[in-house]
Amino acid sequence: MPGTPRAIHLSAPLVALTLLLSACAGGGTTGPAAAPTTAAGAAATTGAAVGGAPTRAAAAATSAPAAATSAPAAGGATPSAARTPAATTGAAAGATPAATSAAAAPAAPSAPLEKIGGTVTVLGTWGGSEQDSFLAMVKPFEDQTGVTVQYEGTRDLNAILTTRVQGGNPPDVAGLPGPGQMAEFARAGKLIDLSQVLDMNAMRQQYSEDWITLGTVDGKPVGIFIKAAVKGSIWYNPKEFSKVSGGTPPKNWNDLMALSEKIANSGTAPWCIGLASGAASGWPGTDWLEDIFLRQAGPDKYDQWWQGKIAWTSPEVKQAWQTWGQIVANDKMVFGGRQGMLATNFQDAGNVLFTSPPRCYMMHQGSFITDFFVKANPNLKPVDDFNFFPFPDIDPQYSGSIEAAGDLFGMFKDTPQARALIKYLTTPEAQTIWVKRGGAISPNKQVSLDAYPDPISKELAQTLTSAKIVRFDASDLMPEAMNNAFWKAILDYVQSPNNLDSILANLDKVQQDAYKH
Amino acid sequence: MADRLLLAAIVVFGVPAALVAYISVVEGVLMRLIPFKQQPRARPWLWLLPALAFLLVFLVYPTLNTLALSLQDAQSEHFVGLANYAYVLTDGTMLMALRNNAIWLVLFTLLTVAFGLLIAVLTDRVSYESAAKAVIFLPMAISFVAAGVIWKFMYDYRPPGVPQTGTVNAVLTGLFPGFEPQAWLINPPWNNVALIVAAVWVWTGFCMVILSAGLKGISTEVLEAARVDGANEWQVFWRIIVPLLGSTIAVVATTMIITALKAFDIVYVMTNGNFDTEVIANRMYKEMFNARDFGRASAIAVILLLAIIPVMLLNLKRFREQEAIR
Repeated sequence: MPGTPRAIHLSAPLVALTLLLSACAGGGTTGPAAAPTTAAGAAATTGAAVGGAPTRAAAAATSAPAAATSAPAAGGATPSAARTPAATTGAAAGATPAATSAAAAPAAPSAPLEKIGGTVTVLGTWGGSEQDSFLAMVKPFEDQTGVTVQYEGTRDLNAILTTRVQGGNPPDVAGLPGPGQMAEFARAGKLIDLSQVLDMNAMRQQYSEDWITLGTVDGKPVGIFIKAAVKGSIWYNPKEFSKVSGGTPPKNWNDLMALSEKIANSGTAPWCIGLASGAASGWPGTDWLEDIFLRQAGPDKYDQWWQGKIAWTSPEVKQAWQTWGQIVANDKMVFGGRQGMLATNFQDAGNVLFTSPPRCYMMHQGSFITDFFVKANPNLKPVDDFNFFPFPDIDPQYSGSIEAAGDLFGMFKDTPQARALIKYLTTPEAQTIWVKRGGAISPNKQVSLDAYPDPISKELAQTLTSAKIVRFDASDLMPEAMNNAFWKAILDYVQSPNNLDSILANLDKVQQDAYKH
Repeated sequence: MADRLLLAAIVVFGVPAALVAYISVVEGVLMRLIPFKQQPRARPWLWLLPALAFLLVFLVYPTLNTLALSLQDAQSEHFVGLANYAYVLTDGTMLMALRNNAIWLVLFTLLTVAFGLLIAVLTDRVSYESAAKAVIFLPMAISFVAAGVIWKFMYDYRPPGVPQTGTVNAVLTGLFPGFEPQAWLINPPWNNVALIVAAVWVWTGFCMVILSAGLKGISTEVLEAARVDGANEWQVFWRIIVPLLGSTIAVVATTMIITALKAFDIVYVMTNGNFDTEVIANRMYKEMFNARDFGRASAIAVILLLAIIPVMLLNLKRFREQEAIR
């Protein structure tokens, strides 16, 4: 190439620098979108607990899957105080919970919403049928206010949300994986104080104090729950199950294990477990452990556990893992063995309950799984074709415990449209829409039981309010790093159950770091 | 939407227009101010000024900032010295990631260069050369995330006894009855190889194209002379083609080494680093966005930079030698 030696002298270092630095760009395109956006994901909703929602969800049920996906990017977005909270009349939606009787009411909110137009961006983990349900839920809002809701779903909620918030471009409203991560965002100043947006007195009438507290950080409400779920139900196919169980579901763990062993010895695996879930793989196992731990060690130890006050290597925690190991460490107990568990997505794992012959008889999963059952097998009917029994007791003094979770939403940008949407989402009318479609339980006290489409969801909703001991999903309450390490530990344990001690020691190390900031 | 189109139009037409305007100003005004003898010296720097400014802002500054962040704690509030580096180089998961990157480095580079060379040589004298090369190059055209998703489906695993949904398992169980379906992405250490295979599928086309270009640069007389002298094809390949292609192979190899060290999409989409398949770039991503530990993420980035520098220097040295030959 033509050029004086000087030209080369000039170009070489430049080329080197460019190549060097571009080489270190590190990592290719992050394509979290690739991961299947399972609807269940978008748990995080910033809900300044609006009023007392009907303590349907005594335990803030956070949809566990939500945690897995997209990181609510708590970072960057400075709730632009620029926009003065205009007297958004949207108030109607949230403000008058008492007035409207939610009982089987159609979607229209009690007070008419003002037409304000504009758009509001929403980021969540829901995809597929859950996404459809969410869009159906906001349709009346869009019709009444003229606001366009731009929903974006991603399985990797954590990462996307973190990136966008850090980059100063947060969504207006976003799902948050859980109260633990919500607290991290709130303390970084990224979430808007919802006491200015919602009528807190009205909220207290509609939601129990528990739900409000779960959405509050340092005295300020920042998260609202728009959907709840009961975890730890054991699903079964009544037609097949009755053939092997002899009638009544097992009442305690020993009976459950005896039944499982009986089924295993007859040649079929008793359990279906699916742990795969894209970037969040492992979370179904955390639900198992939480259910076991709550019933084995009790609610006080459970609280200490998620608060990071007891070590993972402590005997109670280790015992819970070993109890779970009675099922997962034995390849005969689970369909597909350990490899099958690791490779099967949680959405698909239950499908073999309904094949003929069935390949398993029981599956432990949250209440939202019914949506996926019906998606895969449209002619399944609740109660006849699928039913559940509650997770059996382990220690009788803690009987009557349940674990719940919920979809938490928060507001990152203060715009009139975002305020209107948040207010609307807390209303019983809005929540009834999803409840009617199935696969959701509302934490709002004013959503009537009649809205639930089938006896199963009704029963689950009642369980939530009537259980003696209710706790929120522990992994969602933990800080993000701890949560991720927990998921990974589940996968590691299933892959090599003999390494339990080193797995727990590793979790302790993460615990040291994670709870610091 | 309309304002985005407007913005796009402004960028597409405005940027070249601004550059042309800038060059005109330089030529018209500044060159009048600089004495004629100095102009050849000044001109290149002035023309390059916009590009240099961009490099400074978007490459140099972030690099220096990352270096600074790597010496601070997770929220970039306090100075912690080399603590982050200590963590990165001693933590079990990081060491596993480093080990995996080493496997990627060796295996990925070897396979892509070997296959690229093989296909370049084989297609060189065939009539359907362009078609064959197009087919091999096609995977480069899709996004790496898409490639990851495709291969994830290919490697899908169902327990034995139920219909297999993954292509690889389906084909193998179909061809060899009694073959147990394998969970390719789950069992270490072969899951690393499975991931590398997916990456090789994407990148072989790139190597092939460059090596093919180099191949065409070898004069046919040399090859004919060799054949006339009685060399068989094997000897022609190893004794003549490969040595003459030396510098081209070096270019391709170094590019592939850098790609192996950067590997992220494939790993993230297919296994997310689970089951002992972690790689450095994925750890950096996780530290940054999941754990939100900026100090550690920056330390990992710096280590990656340091790992790539020797490769770059090698490239530079060869580049200079090539220039010296002219």
